[in-house]
Amino acid sequence: MFLIPDPVVRFFHRMASPPHFYAFTQRLMPWLVVIFLLLTAAGLYGGLYLAPADYQQGDSYRIIYIHVPSAWMSLFIYVVMAVAGAIGLVWRIKLAEIVAISSAPVGASFTFIALVTGSLWGKPMWGTWWVWDARLTSELILLFLYLGVIGLYGAIDDKRTASRAVAILALVGVVNIPIIHYSVEWWNTLHQGPTVTKMDKPSIHVTMLIPLLLMALSFKFYYLIAMLQRARTELLLRERNAQWVKAMILESK
Amino acid sequence: MLIGLMVIGAGLATGFALKSFNENLMYFFSTTDVVEGKAPKDTLFRLGGMVIKGSVERPNDGLMVRFKLTDFSKDVTVEYTGILPDLFREGQGIVAHGKLNGQGVFIAEEVLAKHDENYMPPEVKDSLKNQPAPLAGQK
Repeated sequence: MFLIPDPVVRFFHRMASPPHFYAFTQRLMPWLVVIFLLLTAAGLYGGLYLAPADYQQGDSYRIIYIHVPSAWMSLFIYVVMAVAGAIGLVWRIKLAEIVAISSAPVGASFTFIALVTGSLWGKPMWGTWWVWDARLTSELILLFLYLGVIGLYGAIDDKRTASRAVAILALVGVVNIPIIHYSVEWWNTLHQGPTVTKMDKPSIHVTMLIPLLLMALSFKFYYLIAMLQRARTELLLRERNAQWVKAMILESK
Repeated sequence: MLIGLMVIGAGLATGFALKSFNENLMYFFSTTDVVEGKAPKDTLFRLGGMVIKGSVERPNDGLMVRFKLTDFSKDVTVEYTGILPDLFREGQGIVAHGKLNGQGVFIAEEVLAKHDENYMPPEVKDSLKNQPAPLAGQK
């Protein structure tokens, strides 16, 4: 811990306290929403209006501005969920458990969006809605992992036990993440190789890349908003008998 | 500790599973595999490669198309009857599903276009075309 500056450590200590987390996220929320709306507006305007048509795919490629950020988020959220789950498992921090389970439905939605938009894109370009190649199949497995996490959590009544079970499932599923990312390099797939997330220079023109990155950032903020809202609700449910919840409700009356 | 072991265990299991499934996970065979006889005979499989420029022909004015696929080392002739996807064009990567006939010609039942990872405006593509190609992969 000696490498982390003191204010950061204090911030995390305070965030682990439910009343502080609840109050802090309440104050944070309007800012997150404003940033999200600005980024989405800029990204969509840039992607759908300013960016030029592609030399081969014409205007059809513009679905990239939803498809690729969603696919990135599906991987990103899974890693966040697994890391939060591991922290909850090791240090028994209630808020880490809540962040983990609140991430699952958001991640599942992004995975679903990535699969559906990919299918819509595949029909005109590849000539098929779906193929069982390594990239598409491993992404579908990711959706099932998310659904498994949600189902397992719902199946166990004691939510602390449920969180531990879910964390182990999420950690085991992490092996799928590098498989999804590298599937297009390890195997011959119908899906093309990476455009942006590779060591080399991105193979996308800069006028098309900037809106893509804006959309990716906007999706990150959407995730924060959706996940924190779920986390706040879950927190109230779990802490419904705690003194601070009672005090807060009495105060608001 | 226990969790660490579980994760390592799951990782190893996945690794072995992937190793054994390696063949099945290959979505398609390359043209070199076909010429060297590594592709299955008498069964359907997928063949991937790039359509050689100038090789696309319609021999009897019908829907039947004949073209050559290459991986820049070996070529295979493909015949297909049906509607081609939008992105099918010469110089484009495609994946065909079908089987080999006695003459080593691949009879395709389905042709899918594989698009590459490059996105750029048409003007940029035109200016790239005017420069001498750095890699003359085309025969």
